[in-house]
Amino acid sequence: MGLHPKLMLSQLLKDGENIMLMNEMKVGASGIVKAIIASPMIKKRLLAMGLTPNTPFRIAKVAPLGDPIELSIRGYRLSIRKSEASCLEVELSEND
Amino acid sequence: MHKIALGGNPNSGKTSVFNALTGSHQHVGNWPGVTVERKEGELRIGSEKFVLIDLPGTYSLSANSLDEKIARDFIIDKKPELTVIVIDQTNIERNLFLVLEIIEMGRPVLLVLNMDDEAKKIGVTVDSDGLAKFLNVGVCKTVANKRIGIDTLKEQILKASNRQDKPKVLKFSEKTEKMIQNIIPFFSNYGEELRRWFAIKALEKDEHIEELIGDNKFKQLTLKIEELEKSISSETDILLAEERYAIIHGIAKEFIKRVLTEEDRERLSTKIDDIITHRIWGIPIFVGIMWVMFQLAFFVGGYLVDVVDHWFSLFGNYLASVMGNSLFSAFITDAVIGGLGAFAVFLPQLFVLFLFISFLGDIGYMSRAAFVMDKFMHALGLHGKSFIPMILGFGCTVPGVMAARTLESKKDRVITILVTPLMSCGARLPVYALLGGIFFSPHEGTITFLLYMIGIIMAIMMARIFKSTFFKKEETLFIMELPPYRWPSARETFGQALRNSWLFLKKAGTIIFIAVIIIWLLSVFPAGIDAPPQDNYIGSIGRVLEPVFEPLGFQGWEAGVALTFGILAKEIVVGTFGTLFTGQEFGELVEYEQAGLKGNLIQGLKTVFPDGIAAFSFLLFVLIYTPCAAALATIKQEIGWKWMWFTAVYLFVLAYAVSFAFYKIAIFFN
Repeated sequence: MGLHPKLMLSQLLKDGENIMLMNEMKVGASGIVKAIIASPMIKKRLLAMGLTPNTPFRIAKVAPLGDPIELSIRGYRLSIRKSEASCLEVELSEND
Repeated sequence: MHKIALGGNPNSGKTSVFNALTGSHQHVGNWPGVTVERKEGELRIGSEKFVLIDLPGTYSLSANSLDEKIARDFIIDKKPELTVIVIDQTNIERNLFLVLEIIEMGRPVLLVLNMDDEAKKIGVTVDSDGLAKFLNVGVCKTVANKRIGIDTLKEQILKASNRQDKPKVLKFSEKTEKMIQNIIPFFSNYGEELRRWFAIKALEKDEHIEELIGDNKFKQLTLKIEELEKSISSETDILLAEERYAIIHGIAKEFIKRVLTEEDRERLSTKIDDIITHRIWGIPIFVGIMWVMFQLAFFVGGYLVDVVDHWFSLFGNYLASVMGNSLFSAFITDAVIGGLGAFAVFLPQLFVLFLFISFLGDIGYMSRAAFVMDKFMHALGLHGKSFIPMILGFGCTVPGVMAARTLESKKDRVITILVTPLMSCGARLPVYALLGGIFFSPHEGTITFLLYMIGIIMAIMMARIFKSTFFKKEETLFIMELPPYRWPSARETFGQALRNSWLFLKKAGTIIFIAVIIIWLLSVFPAGIDAPPQDNYIGSIGRVLEPVFEPLGFQGWEAGVALTFGILAKEIVVGTFGTLFTGQEFGELVEYEQAGLKGNLIQGLKTVFPDGIAAFSFLLFVLIYTPCAAALATIKQEIGWKWMWFTAVYLFVLAYAVSFAFYKIAIFFN
């Protein structure tokens, strides 16, 4: 109520745009981990390394050949392959 | 004797703490049944004696990897009086994850807040008294690589192992604790703390719970967890990790003071990294560093090899002149001194390589090199970290195989070690030079290049085959910390290289030594030392092998003898042909020319290899076949007997197949 139907639709679309897989993010972009959909082994390691839901992170770098990527998370640097990053559903942060 | 364990994340300075505590009183072995290195050291504090067991460096205790399983089984089964956990203060939150997991086991714990100097530099201060009181554990600060705070650490170890305080049980959220209570009955035959610990692990879907409680109970457990997950509409393993990090966050808020903001710290640490892993410069820098390493190892190291070789032969000659010309003196000078020399000559070169590797590791470059090269190596069925071992293999297979230790997963490690001998090592070069010079002049350069290329292609092919046969199901990870760049302490880097060299000498040395003696015995019995080799066992071996090698184009028994000796060290193939055809043993064609024996050697070789096709077939065989005794001994030391025999056999079969195919096809088209 109160919102114009068209505005609500665009708001929804915008939310949709902000949710993506980590491997789709550009270098320098920041985001928040939303969900982990991975095999037990990968999941355990991602969790232990601190990629738990609601953790903020930044894509710091991409390797010269385009894979793996380097994350800045919890005050340290973590490298993961794009295939592993694709196990993470993330929400892009607005202010970048 | 008190038994204490030492745990911690990789890159936390755990090794420095271990060295600082135990000094030279260390023993290196393997964990029972596996080839993961197990280090143990002794220390004395006051009148008490302690044995310190270095657990593998891990990020958690989920028993995901062999290292993690070893670490947690040790704490559960061997019940050390105290577990000392080393923490990198500059990265304290992630380090605390492991700490909480160990604390959950309910056994006495002592925290070592290491890298205090770096923490100060980036404005991080930990309230160690507050943390100690909160967790009911001992806490002390160190700069282990500079040996700062070690005396206090020793006092704390003594105190903590006497008091046996149990750390405080940190509660998860109410709903999670309820779930844990739901699961605890499945582990009723364990003590109070372990019951809770296993319940937590079960909720984390630990792979080893099934073997612990049996099929039936496990099925019920799985159903129970599924039911719980439905009720919270989330996954329990994710929830537990999330809550553990929430507890850590609370601890950090309370006990860690940060002067600089995240951005400030980032700026400080990323300047170098921006250059070293730069999109364009990253790979050239990597190639440059590898080049420098090679130059150092094979020119500085190579010079030292000549020096050692020279002294060994002088010593041998001296002994021979003193002891006269008997079978016993020949045994001492040729077999014993020769056997010692066979691996002593490797040492200087190996030491330089080990020094370089530990320097690159300590400074933080190794993980960057893997980061830069991973995509390329992954496409070949290998891992980013496989690159260094394989590059080293061009110099010498031994350090290559040892450098494969940095690979975490068994799969990557084994595959890398299996294909590293295909990187044409320095010892094979004299063989290419000799036969290339005689049969392919002036194209010996091209022939040598071709052989190196064939080796690389074979390695890539075999890596792919092994990946899809032995290790079809195993996943590998590249979820890897990129530690901050650190200027290494000379003591640690140097000590590490010395320890690795010593390890090689001790473990591989024995096997090489025995192999040299066996082959020597075969070559002097039964006819005696002055008899021509064909009258001794080695000649018989040559004659047995003659029909085996005939389909590859080698005529006569000499090829078989040379290849058998080549297992001692590949360059001996040249010397053997020399001995057999001219009665003199030299390493290069020029030397035979100077001695006026070049004609004899060429004539001899041309009877064994009637044409260039047969010669190239032999070169292919030398490139690929069974690696030398030193390499095999190192493979045994790193991944066990089974893989050592596999390597020896598969490379022989591969060499035979490739040479055979080449020879038959080339003859057909000729």
